[in-house]
Order: sequence, then structure tokens, then C-alpha cells
Amino acid sequence: MKRSGLLKSSRILLFLSGVILLFIVKVPIWRIELNAPQYPEGLALTIHADGIKGDVEIINGLNHYIGMKTLHNKDFFEFTALPYLIVAFSVLFILSAVINKKSALFFSLFSFIFFGIVAMIDFYRWEFNYGHDLNPDAAIKVPGMSYQPPLIGYKQLLNFGAYSIPDIGGCLFIAAGIIILSITIHEIKRK
Amino acid sequence: MKNLTTRLLMISIVTVTFFSACKPKNLNNAVSGDAAAKAYVAPGKYDEYYNFLSGGFSGQMSVYGLPSGRLLRVIPVFSVDPEKGYGYSEETKPMLNTSHGMVPWDDLHHPELSQTNGEVDGRWIFGNANNTPRVARIDLKTFRTAEIIELPNSAGNHSSPFITENTEYVVAGTRFSVPGDNENGDVPINTYKKNFKGYISFISVGKEDGKMDIAFQLKCPGVNFDLSHAGKAKSHGWFFFSCYNTEQANTLLEVNASQRDKDFIMAVNWKKAEEYLKAGKGKKEIVKYAHNYYNEKSHTAISEMRHEVTILDTKELKDICYFIPCPKSPHGCDVDPTGEYIVGSGKLAALIPVFSFDKIQKAIADKAFEGEFDGIPVIKYDAALYGEVKKPGLGPLHTEFDGKGNAYTSFFVSSEVVKWNIKDLKVLDRVPTYYSVGHLCIPGGDSRKPSPKYMIAYNKITKDRYLPTGPELAQSAQLFDISGDKMQLILDFPTIGEPHYAQAIPAELIKNNSVKFFKIEENTNPYVSQGEGNTKVVRTGKKIDVYMTAIRSHFSPDNIEGVKLGDEVYFHVTNLEQDWDVPHGFAVKGAVNSELLIMPGETQTLKWVPDRVGMFPMYCTDFCSALHQEMQGYIRVSPAGSNVPLTFSTGTNLPKEEAAAKK
Repeated sequence: MKRSGLLKSSRILLFLSGVILLFIVKVPIWRIELNAPQYPEGLALTIHADGIKGDVEIINGLNHYIGMKTLHNKDFFEFTALPYLIVAFSVLFILSAVINKKSALFFSLFSFIFFGIVAMIDFYRWEFNYGHDLNPDAAIKVPGMSYQPPLIGYKQLLNFGAYSIPDIGGCLFIAAGIIILSITIHEIKRK
Repeated sequence: MKNLTTRLLMISIVTVTFFSACKPKNLNNAVSGDAAAKAYVAPGKYDEYYNFLSGGFSGQMSVYGLPSGRLLRVIPVFSVDPEKGYGYSEETKPMLNTSHGMVPWDDLHHPELSQTNGEVDGRWIFGNANNTPRVARIDLKTFRTAEIIELPNSAGNHSSPFITENTEYVVAGTRFSVPGDNENGDVPINTYKKNFKGYISFISVGKEDGKMDIAFQLKCPGVNFDLSHAGKAKSHGWFFFSCYNTEQANTLLEVNASQRDKDFIMAVNWKKAEEYLKAGKGKKEIVKYAHNYYNEKSHTAISEMRHEVTILDTKELKDICYFIPCPKSPHGCDVDPTGEYIVGSGKLAALIPVFSFDKIQKAIADKAFEGEFDGIPVIKYDAALYGEVKKPGLGPLHTEFDGKGNAYTSFFVSSEVVKWNIKDLKVLDRVPTYYSVGHLCIPGGDSRKPSPKYMIAYNKITKDRYLPTGPELAQSAQLFDISGDKMQLILDFPTIGEPHYAQAIPAELIKNNSVKFFKIEENTNPYVSQGEGNTKVVRTGKKIDVYMTAIRSHFSPDNIEGVKLGDEVYFHVTNLEQDWDVPHGFAVKGAVNSELLIMPGETQTLKWVPDRVGMFPMYCTDFCSALHQEMQGYIRVSPAGSNVPLTFSTGTNLPKEEAAAKK
């Protein structure tokens, strides 16, 4: 019984990670910044737990030239599920700290990593779908009929430079991941 | 004989050399080395100041950046502007309505920025219409004319639109004295002395919304009121007007109004006038004047006729007005930032009199009067005079201040600007202008707190300053750096129309409040189309209303059939864009009208009466997008008795075979 317990510091950190996760519900998680000669001030899409915000209308207006579908939050089931999932992870982390079991810690870590991977795949899938489902009747035929923003990093899309990066929420998510990973490694080594 | 020839030749050479040496050096040398750097604003960088220039006989107001002298915008005020649809669209036509009907032109002489505590605040700028007397208020959030009020009992609204230090009032003094509007004007012209009166309007300005209303008019002796400025700080509550033609001439004023050695500056105690007004001493008179107001939510102007004005007779109601003798047909009448010194500028004088507010108050208390003029006391010249600037130049016109104790006066005849110290009345510096300067401007130069980095001179004659463009030449402004002891010319720039007075203000006070577009959901125009789904074409008898939208890059509808000869068509175009700098234009072939230029979120209406049967293209006139040239459509006009049904569509009116294939 004693062997499966966690260090006090591990429990505190785990608890804190759980609290950090709660913030993600309210702050932007990811952002795609767009720059073009005509938009020196830049346009931005920010992805929140509950929807896409930022210059959505302007970007929808511009995307009609290449025949991209317009973005509407109601088209994404993720935005209904995401806030609950984040809260669930927060509860999971806090519970793991309270019940003080290594098995709980390991479960938290693996499910969290799994969630991160699934989320990024899902994000990529949406980008792919939007970037490839272009109306052939559109005024501008994009070469290769592909106009997919980068998953992460920078990509030139016609006259727009697109820059896809984690926002505050994404950084907090990564921070929580690093903390729980470090705790787990430490706990394994301690054995 | 040969000897004589040689001698004559020698004499002529010596004479020519002598006189050439005496001839003044070319004035064009007056620009020193670092001038270009001082006026240079790099591409993409903002100017430090906005400079608002009267457009004179263009009727508009232009906006320049300082120190670059770059033209930023021309604001249509009193003249129609087909470029912007101003005065042509149904929404803007009422702005130019007057008691005489729609007047498409005027002569704007003086812009004046609104002030709070005697400092320019960047909310509004006012302008006067000189010909058909009106005052306009321009909203500096949108740089558009928001309101125009007509002035009854007035003619040649020249000493206007100067304001009090908290924008309590905008004044408007008549240049031409005339018989009052509700008196019989059908009298012999040479009965001026008996029948003509000068009226001065005090227009109140709403504290929050800026709305203008004629609070009262002062009925004054018949003379020409020329320019004016409000007292400030200690002299707040007073207003000063220059008057000429105290000879009361009605013909050949050039001679007949230049007879007297001194005309007047009229000091007006407007707080006293307010007391009389409160005490019910005003007489209501039936007159007729237009009040036009542009609603930023409905994007529509409404013109209403007003029929009453309250008159205070300054002959009967004592202690409102006093005359102060001022040499030779005074023009400029300027009050220094402390409010103590009033500078009169006699167009034909060779000195500048400076009056003291304190001395004027004392003279009134002591009754130091030399007599009366048409019932108004005339204060003794010496009792009001602080001192005279001796031999400053010829033909002083206007004075601005730097807030450091110095005044800058323009001289039309000697074509120069002279800097002098107010306290000791000594001339400190003088610079030539090219040529014959009229008004001048220092940012905040007629307020309590000038921003004395630049001074701009607005010249009446340009001659050889720019590449010639036929007989009609560009008007000209000249920018001087006045940050040092000496004035330094750093830039010439041409202007639109004829610049009279101007105002300048630090850019910070305006630029962050500038509206980028109108919110479509706040658009309350009765003919707005909130989205393409709401577009339609409605026939009511011979009237056809086209509820239309514009978005990159199509109109909806863009095919309209069933219009018949004899119909009146109204295109109500709503720009659906909600982004900065995406206006759309709209024009129809053969419309005896202008284009529309519609800002994002706005609705504007073009009236079109087709004059023949046929096919009429319409298109977007403002290069809005990569597919701007595709932004077009057709209107089919059929004969009067035709049974072509009224139809409209976007993208669905396909050839029969194609439509069938699609199914």
C-alpha cells in the first residue's frame, strides 16, 4: 500500500495542474494568424473551448473567393464536448492527487497524452477537410485545389502568410502535460 | 562722335551694374538646407497634425497632414460632390436644403474646431457658408458633415463660425446689412442708413450631441461685420467683431467705405445678452430657415423648416454692445491666449492696434465714451488701447498666437508674416510669403493653448510658384517652422479651392476616434437590406424600390426586368461589408445623377428615371476586390405598356438550355 503512494510535492503539483486546466475553458487555446499586404494589421482566428472567435466574418468573406466553406461554430460538435472534457481532466487530475495512487497518476498521464494526440488529429482533419473541400465554381482555382492552413508553424497560402500556434490555453495545456509527465518520471525513478 | 558713343556706353554699363546690384535678391533663395528634412514624413508614417483648410469658393473643407502637406481628404460641406454622392443621393440631398430650396454650392471661409476649457478638443469642426448664410458642423469621428443650420436676417455670413471657449455658442455675423427678413425688403437701395440692419446670430451647441440651435440674434446698426473671435479666460463672456463700412455706403464701397479714419471693433457682452433673454426681453420674429441633420444610424439627412427666432435689439437693450474705434476698415479681430489683448487689423493701416480687455472694462465703468453710433456707445480709442505696433508692414489682416507671448500677423500688401511681442509691441522677425498672404494658422493658435511648432500661411496669389496650368493656378499654403526665434520656410503645398482660415490640431486628439465602418446591425435606414436574403424589388404604381446589397464581388439582385418607361427607380444599396476600407460604388448608365459611394454598413439611395427602352448596365465604381470588374449587372427597360413581369435575381437567371441541363 505504501509503495503505491505519491510524494507530497507530486500531489501538490498534480493538484495544481488540475487547477490550471480549469482556466483553459475560458481562454483561447489556439490561434491562426493571417497576414497579407492588404491586411498589415493582420487577421486572427482564435479557437476557444466553446468556439472559434476573432475575425471569423472577415475570413469567411475572403474565403468565398477560393470557394472554401464558411466557418460556423454549430458545424463543430467538438465545441459542445470540449469544455466538458477539459473539466473532466481537471477533475481527474485533482482526484488522482487526492486518492494518492500511482496507478491513478499513470492513468491521468496516458489519457491526457491520448487526448492531446486525438485533439491534434481532429484539428488536422478539420483543416484538411476545409482546405480540400473547395467549390469548383469558385472565382479562384487554387493550384491543386488545396488551401490547408498549417497544423503548427508557418505556411504561405496564396497572398496570405498563415501562422498557426498555441494560444494561452494551448500553452497551459502543454504546461500541465509537462508537469504531469515530470511527476510520473520522478515517481518511476524513485521506485 | 566716337568718343561720345564710348562715353555713353560706359555710362550705361555703370548704370545697369549699379541698379542690378541694388535690385533685391531673388526671394526664392529663402529656403535653407534642412527644410526638406523638417517637412519629410516617410512613406507609411503619420503626420503630427491634422490641418483643416477652408475650401473657399469650392464650398468644401480639405484635410492635410502636417508637416508633410499631404492631402488626406476633402470633406463635402456646402457644395455637392458627385465623387461621394453628396447632394445627389436621396439620403444626402436634404443636407443642402435652405429656405430658398436646394442650394448646390457655397463659399466656405472659416473652419473652427470645438473647444473645451479654451483648448481644441477634436470633437467637431464648424464651417460657415458665406453666400447663403449657414453654419455647418462636421463630426470628426467620421469626417462628414453632420448638421447645417441656415441663418435668417443674414447676408454674407462672414464673421463666422467662431466659438466660445466651451463651445457654448458658435457666432455668425452678417457681412451685408439688410432689411430684416420679416420687414419689407422692397425698398430703395440708397435707404441703407434707414432700413438696413446688421444681425449677429448666437447658435447654441448641444454639449453631448453638438446639435445647433439659434439661441438668439442681436440686432445691430447697419454696417459690415467682418471677422470675430471670442474672449477667453478673463474675457470669457465677451465676443469681439470687426466692423467696416461704418460710412454705411451702399455703392462703390471700395471708395465710399474707406472714407473714415477709423471704423470699429464691436465688443459684445453675451452674458448680458443671456440675462436679457432670460428676462424675456427678446422679441420673437417670424422668419424661415432650414435646419438639416444627418443621422449616422439611418444614414439619412432630415431637413426641417423653422419659423421663429428671438431678437435682442442692442439699441434698446443697453450694455450688450460697445464700439471701439479701430483704424482703417479692420479685418482680423483676434484675441490672445490670455484673453487680455485684442488685436485689430486694419486692411489699409500701417500699424496694428492692440486693445486691452481690462482697459475696455474700465472705460465702460468710467463711461469713457466719445459718443454714440446708431445708439451704441463708442469707447474713446485711447481708453481701450493697450498700444500700437509701429511700422509692422502694410495691410495687416490676421493674427495668430504661439502662447509664448508672441503674435504672428499676416500682411497682404507687403506679402509677409511678422512676428512681434505682445507685451512690448516690438517686431521680432519677418518672413516673405509667395504671394500676398491672407489667413495664417498655428495649431490651436486662436485657443488658450497653442501648440506652436508650425505656422502656415495661406496665400492669395501663386504666380510662378508651381508649374503653370493655364490661367487658373493652384492656391497655395506655406509651412514655417516657428520652434526657434526665427521663422523658417520649410514647405509649399498647393490646396483645393481658395483657403481662407484654417485650423490645426495634434493628430492624437482625433485619429484614435476615427470610425472604421458602420455596424450593419445598427443601420436603421428604412430601405436597408439586412443580408442578401432580404433583397427585393417592389413596385408601387410608377415607383420602383430596389432593395439591393453590395458585397465583394456582386450586387444582389444583379438582373432586374420589368422596369417600364415612365417609372422612377430608387436603388437602395446597402454595403454589407464589415471591414475597414471596403467601400462599394454604384452607377447606372444614363442616370442624370452622380454615383453612390457606400461605406461598409451604410445604405444610400440613387434615383434613376430611365429615358428610353433598352438594356442598362450598372456596376461597382470603387475598386473593391480582385473581382471588382465582375461586380456588375443589368436592368431591362421595356415600353410603358409592356407586360414583362417584374423579376429580379442573382446568379439564377440562366439561359433556358443551361437551366434545363442543371436540373
